[in-house]
Amino acid sequence: MIPLSTMNPDRAAALGGPDWLQQRRVAAAERAAASSLPSTDEEVWRYSRIADLDLSRFSFGAIDAAAGVPEGLQALLDAVPDRAGLVVVRDGRIVHSELEPRWAAKGVVLGDLSAAEGAEGILGSVAGEATDLFGQLNDAFSADPVLVRVPPGVTVEGPMVVAHWTETPSIAVLPRLVVQAGADAEVRVLDIQASPDGVEVLVVPFVELDAGSAARLHYCNLQVLGDRTWQIASQSSTVAAQATLRSFTGAFGGEYARLRTDCRLAGQGSTGDLYAAYFGTGDQTLDFRTFQDHAAADTTSTLLFKGAVDDRSRSVYTGLIQVRPNARGTNAFQTNRNVKLSPDAWAESVPNLQIENNDVHCSHASTVGPIDEDQRFYLESRGVPPEVAERLIVSGFFDDVLAGVSVPFAESIMRDLLDVALGRAPQVAG
Amino acid sequence: MNTLPLNTAPASELRIEGLRASVAGNVILNGIDLVVRSGEVHAVMGPNGSGKSTLSHVIAGRPGYEVLGGTVTLDGVDLLSLPAWERSRAGLFLAMQYPTEVPGVSLEEVLYESLTAAGRPRDEVRERMVAEAGRIGFDERFLSRPLNVDLSGGEKKRNETLQLGVLQPKIAILDELDSGLDVDALRDVSRRIEQATGETGLGVLAITHYSRLLHELRPDFVHVLVKGRLVAEGGPELAVELEQTGYAQYIADDAANTVASAGSGLGRLDDPFADHLA
Repeated sequence: MIPLSTMNPDRAAALGGPDWLQQRRVAAAERAAASSLPSTDEEVWRYSRIADLDLSRFSFGAIDAAAGVPEGLQALLDAVPDRAGLVVVRDGRIVHSELEPRWAAKGVVLGDLSAAEGAEGILGSVAGEATDLFGQLNDAFSADPVLVRVPPGVTVEGPMVVAHWTETPSIAVLPRLVVQAGADAEVRVLDIQASPDGVEVLVVPFVELDAGSAARLHYCNLQVLGDRTWQIASQSSTVAAQATLRSFTGAFGGEYARLRTDCRLAGQGSTGDLYAAYFGTGDQTLDFRTFQDHAAADTTSTLLFKGAVDDRSRSVYTGLIQVRPNARGTNAFQTNRNVKLSPDAWAESVPNLQIENNDVHCSHASTVGPIDEDQRFYLESRGVPPEVAERLIVSGFFDDVLAGVSVPFAESIMRDLLDVALGRAPQVAG
Repeated sequence: MNTLPLNTAPASELRIEGLRASVAGNVILNGIDLVVRSGEVHAVMGPNGSGKSTLSHVIAGRPGYEVLGGTVTLDGVDLLSLPAWERSRAGLFLAMQYPTEVPGVSLEEVLYESLTAAGRPRDEVRERMVAEAGRIGFDERFLSRPLNVDLSGGEKKRNETLQLGVLQPKIAILDELDSGLDVDALRDVSRRIEQATGETGLGVLAITHYSRLLHELRPDFVHVLVKGRLVAEGGPELAVELEQTGYAQYIADDAANTVASAGSGLGRLDDPFADHLA
C-alpha cells in the first residue's frame, strides 16, 4: 500500500469534468490506493531509480494553475513557426488552445479531450486498462486530457504543438495526450515536456497514438525538463493496416526521466519507426524501455535509440521485440548505441527478442563505449583541437538518428539542444 | 631536385634526430636521422615490419607509441612535445594509409575548424575545396559526404590530398599513399603534391613499400628503412635498384649486424600497425 496523502479519490473527483470522467477518475484512484510502487525486482524496472521515489512528497489533484503561456516555453514555441495549432498545458491545466480555422473546418480537433465527440471511449483506447500504479494515477489525476484528432483522409500541414510546463514546487502533474489519425489521414505532432531547473516536481505523462488504416502519424516528444524533475512517462501506440507511425523522442532533461514505449503493429503491412536521441549530463538518469509488438503479418518496425552520457549521468535501455505466432513476414530491427563521454558516466543496454514465427527477419544490436580513438586522432591530425574534435564526433554520432525526425522544426531544436549539452551554445529552454 | 619554392615563404625544415620509439614495449624505431626541407621529396622505403608506419605515426603524434629518445623539430619547434593538433598547426600534415571514417562529420566542418584553430583565414573554405577537388579529379558530390564514409580506397586518398591542398602544410608525410589507388588516381594525386612542392614549398616524406608510387611522385632522395634504422640513402636510382633486387640484401646485412651487436636489448621488431596486406 502506498501512503494516501493527497492521492485519494476525493481529490481525483474534485478535478471536475463530465460525470463519466469523474467516475473513471474515482475508480482509478481507488485502484491506485490498493496498488504498490513497482520495484527493481521487476525486469522492466531493473536499473531504474524507482526505489528513490517518495510519492508522499508530491501533491496530487487540483491546484490553481497560473494563466497564460509561460515565459519559459516562449523560446521553444518561437522555434516552431507555421503551426497548425497549439495547446499549452500549465501545471496540468489547459491555459491556451488555438487551431487554424481551416483545419477546424475540416473536422480536425485539438484541445480538451473531455469536450470532444465520443470522448468517453477515447481514454485508454490504445493504452488499455492501466497495468501499474502510474497508469492508475494518470487515469485518476490527469486534470485536462488533450486530444488531437484528424478525420479520415485529411492531411494536416504544419505541426500541431502540445506544450506542457510544470512549475509549482512539489506538485505531481499527470498529462494525458491522445492522438487519433483517421484512415488515410496525416498529422505531425510535437509534444513538449518542460519545467524550470531547481523545482522539485513529478510528471507522469501518458501518450496514446492511434494510427488508423493507411494513416501517417508523426509524433515527436521533446523532453527538456528541469534538473530536479522526475518523469515517469508512457507512450502507447497502435498501428492499423498499411499505416505508418514515426515516433521520435529527444530526451535532454530531468533528474530521473523514464519513458516506456509500447508500439503495437496491429494491422497487416503496418510500419512503426521508433527513434530517440538522448544526452545525459550532471547527475541525471535517462531510462528507456521499449516494446515492439508484431501482432499482424508483414509488419515492419525499426528502432534506433542513440545516446550520450557525460559527467556522472546514467542511461538505461532495455528493449523487447515480440513477434506473435501470426506475424509472418515480420521485419524488426532494434539498435541502441551509447557513447560515454566521461569515466564517471554509465550506460546499460539490454536488447531482447521473443520470436514465435519462423518467417521473420529480426536483428538487434547494442553498444556502449567511449569516443572512437581513431576518429579523434584523425580529426586532431588535421589540426582540430581535442574539445572541438569531440564535439564534432558526438554531434556526428547523432546524425543518422536525427534524420528520423519527421516533425517540422523539431530537428533543428534537437541539434540546438545537443549543442547546448556539448557546451557550444547558450541554453534554449527552461 | 624539384623546383624551388616560388613564393616568398621562408624555407622550412623537418629535422629528425636519433629518433627511437616503441609500441607495447617493442622497440620499432632504433635511431632515425633524416632532414626534409621545403620543396624536397624524400622517399622512405622498406619491407613489411621495418617501422615505416610507426615513423609516420610517431611524427604525427598518434597515441599508443612511446618515444624512447631523439628529437623531431619543424622549423625549430619541438613536435614531440606537442599534441597532435598543434603539430598540424605547426605545419605538419599526415596523409594516412587508411583514412578513418567519421560518420556525421563533414570535410568542410573539419577544415573550417582546423583553420579557425590555427588563426588562419577560413573564408571561402568551400570554394577552396571545390577548386582543389577540380585539380585532382575528386567528384564534388563527395564533398558533402561524411568524412571517408563509403568512399573507395582511391577516393579516400584523393580526399587526403584535397585536405593537403586546402591546409597548405609546410611538411607532408604520405603514409603508403599508393595503397588502394588505381593508376589514374595515383597520377592525379602525385601531380598535385609535386605542384605543391613548387607552389608552396611543400616538403614531402613519402613512406612506401613499393616503388610504384615513385614512378609518379619523383623523389629527390630515397632512404631504405630496415628494422627501425635507415640503412642506405641515395637518389632516385636507389628506388630503381630496389625494384629489381628487393630488400633481401639489406635484411641480410642487417641480420649480420644484429648478430654482431647481440645483446643490444632489442625486442621484437614487428610493427603492429604495419600493412599486412602490402
